[in-house]
Amino acid sequence: MKKSSGKNERNSGSEKLTFSFFPGCSLNASGHENTMSLLKFCDSVNIELIELEDWNCCGSSSAHSIDHDAAEKLPMRNISLATKGIPLMIACPSCLIRMKSTYLKIKRDKVLKQKYEALWEKPFDEDLEIVHFFEVMNRIRLEDYIDQPGEKLKHLKVAPYYGCMLSMPPDLRFEKNYYGIMEQTLKRLGADPISFGYGKQCCGTYLSVAKPKVAQKVVNEIIFKAMEAGAECLVTACSMCHLNLEIRCSLENPIPVLHFSELLSMALGAQDQKKWFPRHIVDPVPLLKKRGLIVS
Amino acid sequence: MIHLNGDQHVLNDEIKARSGIDYNSCLHCKTCANGCPFIAGMDYAPHAVLRLVQFGMEDEALNCSTIWVCVGCNTCSSGCPMAIDIPAVMDSLRHKAIEKGVKIAEPDILNFHTQVLNTVKKYGRTHKLEIMMRYKFQKMDLLSDMGVGLKMLKKRKLDLTPSKIQDKKAIEKIFRKK
Repeated sequence: MKKSSGKNERNSGSEKLTFSFFPGCSLNASGHENTMSLLKFCDSVNIELIELEDWNCCGSSSAHSIDHDAAEKLPMRNISLATKGIPLMIACPSCLIRMKSTYLKIKRDKVLKQKYEALWEKPFDEDLEIVHFFEVMNRIRLEDYIDQPGEKLKHLKVAPYYGCMLSMPPDLRFEKNYYGIMEQTLKRLGADPISFGYGKQCCGTYLSVAKPKVAQKVVNEIIFKAMEAGAECLVTACSMCHLNLEIRCSLENPIPVLHFSELLSMALGAQDQKKWFPRHIVDPVPLLKKRGLIVS
Repeated sequence: MIHLNGDQHVLNDEIKARSGIDYNSCLHCKTCANGCPFIAGMDYAPHAVLRLVQFGMEDEALNCSTIWVCVGCNTCSSGCPMAIDIPAVMDSLRHKAIEKGVKIAEPDILNFHTQVLNTVKKYGRTHKLEIMMRYKFQKMDLLSDMGVGLKMLKKRKLDLTPSKIQDKKAIEKIFRKK
């Protein structure tokens, strides 16, 4: 991945924003289409992303489940790689929780801070800002980059699915949470956000591998409830949820699941859908054609 | 508040110290049990596991499936009126179960976590295809769920080669046990 050029053809006058970018393993592998569309989106709204150099896995569920020490040190190394003065943007909600929770623990705990500084031989950055991709929506004005934004995703009935990882564990309870941001953004782009009550239900994460039947039950429930509420598609901001919702759904004719970044990029006029959509198990193309959102 | 006498407190104190969570304020209102999306796969409800620990019932607590089936989605702790971080308690019980070498109630889940961490140790990042292959070999079950694996390969959701980090020494440092 190279640095985005930050070039924006529309001379909007909006200031360029720069973030360090932590993609995480899921976006880097099974969720390529998530990364591609996210980079495309950032490029078209004058955001420069600098990939965190030589980043490692955040430890995910597995480290905190069975190796407490690694669960602490894996996010620590990533924090130590961040550039001072530039906010660190994380696209995967699960990585965000691991990194932010570790960061705040170090900030509170002197002994842990000493451990951090001894391990990575550099001072701990007390002012590092760690944010989810959603934060971008608070820092830019989509209207600066799109003519008639309300026409872009017109009448697309979308059920926003946040997954569980943005529901904060108690140690992050007073951190900013982003419920409602997908609804607000989609509405501004002309889509009809659908409330369905299962938007923060967990997708089953690794039970998809170790207990597929259990995961299938929760996934079917999520998708069924969205369909019942009248949604034509789901949109998610988590690559792992996206994968689970696609591979574990056993309903007949399930609705497609889109990445939030794909819808955003499409609204900004991206033409790269041919690279993203063939990677979806449930093809979103017929629906998007029907709604006149893509041609040919 | 619950105050215990006798030696039940040994396990209770240990798990509190490990997790840093004071779950003795649990009201046993069962909000956690009612909200848990995975309760069907558990033998004890989440609040009941806290109760086992409070009563010092170590074997039951460490042998139960709940501590493994809990994925840490925090549905319970978000709903908990006492804001108890229940998944953090489950983490501590898992760690103790592994250290003590008790029979693991959900070996497949431990197998999965082990394979994930093995690829992180090797490459610094996870490698899904290798995780899946080794998980299946370990389980001696190559055929079940084949359809999903093939679907993922076809849609190029499983990269054939792992993405690796450059600084291998850093990863060694992370996994070095004192």
